[in-house]
Amino acid sequence: MKTIKILGTGCSKCKAVTDLVQNVVSENNIDAHIEKIEDIAEIMTFNVMSTPAIVIDGVIGIKGRVPSKNEVYELLTK
Amino acid sequence: MFHVLLYIVKSYVNILLKLNSESHFAKALDFFIYDSIKIITLLVIIIFLMGFVNSYFPVERVKNYLTTHKLFGLDYFMASLFGVVTPFCSCSSVPLFIGFVRGGIPLGVTFAFLITSPLVNEVAIGLFLGLFGFKITAIYIISGILLGTISGFILQHLKLDKLLTPWVKEVLMASKNNPNSLKEEPKSFIEKLPTIYNDTIKILKGVIPYVLVGIAIGGIMHGYIPEGFFEQYMNKNNIFAVPLATILAVPMYSNASGILPVVQVLVSKGIPLGTAIAFMMGVVALSLPEAMLLKKVMSLKLIGIFFSVVTLCIIISGYLFNVIL
Repeated sequence: MKTIKILGTGCSKCKAVTDLVQNVVSENNIDAHIEKIEDIAEIMTFNVMSTPAIVIDGVIGIKGRVPSKNEVYELLTK
Repeated sequence: MFHVLLYIVKSYVNILLKLNSESHFAKALDFFIYDSIKIITLLVIIIFLMGFVNSYFPVERVKNYLTTHKLFGLDYFMASLFGVVTPFCSCSSVPLFIGFVRGGIPLGVTFAFLITSPLVNEVAIGLFLGLFGFKITAIYIISGILLGTISGFILQHLKLDKLLTPWVKEVLMASKNNPNSLKEEPKSFIEKLPTIYNDTIKILKGVIPYVLVGIAIGGIMHGYIPEGFFEQYMNKNNIFAVPLATILAVPMYSNASGILPVVQVLVSKGIPLGTAIAFMMGVVALSLPEAMLLKKVMSLKLIGIFFSVVTLCIIISGYLFNVIL
C-alpha cells in the first residue's frame, strides 16, 4: 500500500490537488492511504518551499503547482 | 494595432446595436468590449512568456543561487528581480520564508523577494501594458523592484531576527546541517511546453472573471462619471492624497486583476497616476490575509514593522510618480 501525503496550508490550489489525487486513486482502484497535511511545522520537515506538494512513500513527487491528471496517474503507478 | 480593434468595436456598437455613440451606455459598452479583447489578448501573451521564464527560475533554484553567490550588497536587488519572474501562491509564503532563511539568506533579502513577488507579476504586467502602455509599465516594474530592494535593505538594518516566533528559531537551529539543493531532471523547451501551456490556461481561468468585473466597473465609471470629477478632491497639490490612498488600500484585499481596470478609469477622470498606483500597490502588496499567514513565523511587532516600512516606501514612490509623470 502506498502512503500519499498532500502538503498544503489550505489554499484553492492545495484543495484542487487533494481532489485530483483522490479521484485518480478511486478511479483506478489504487491501494493507497491519503493524508492531508496542513500543519506548517510538519510541512517544513519535508523541506519544500512551495505548496501544494505531493509526497509518495516519503518521496516528493510534485511541488508548487497543480499537476495534470495524467501526471498524478503516472506518479502513483510507476 | 489596437486602433483597428477600437474602430471595429465602435462601429459594431453604433451600427448593429443602433446606439447613439455619444450616449453614456454606448461609451460604457465600447470601453467594456474593446478593453476586454485587448487585455485578454495581452494577458495570454505575457502569462505564457512569464511561464516560460519562470520554468528556468523555480524557487529552489533562486534560493540556491542566493545562498551560493557572494553578491556584495546586490543581494536585495537580485532577490527583488527574482521576485518578478518567480510567482508564488500566497499560501506558500510561510514555507518559502522559512526555506529562504534556513538556507542562510538574510532576513532583509528574503523580504525583498516577498515584497516584489506579489507586486510585480505576470498578470499585473499584462494589465499595465493593456491599460497604460509601455512607458508606464516599465516605470511600474522598475519602481516595484526598487521598492522591494529598498524595503529589504531597510528591514535588514533594523536587526529584526529576534522578532521571529520561537518555533521558527527552533526550525532554524535544527536544520543547520540539512542542506536542500534542487534536484531536477533537465527538460528541453519542447518538453516544458505542455506544462507552461497548462499553467497559462489555469492562471487565465483564475483571473479572467476578476478582470471582466473590473473592466465592467471601469466601463460604467467611464461612461457615467464626468471627466475631471476627482480632480477637485485628489489633485497633485493635495499632499495628503498619496498617503491617504495607500493607507485606505491596506485593508482591501484584491489582486491586480480586479483593481487595475478601475484604476485606469480613476486616472482618466482626474486622479494623478502616482496616487492611483500607490493605491494599487497598497492593495496588492499589503493585505491582511497575508499578515495572518505571516503571524506563524513573525511576531506581531515584526509584521507591524514590515508593513510600516513597505507602506512608507509605497507612499514615497507615489510622490515620485506624481513628480515624474
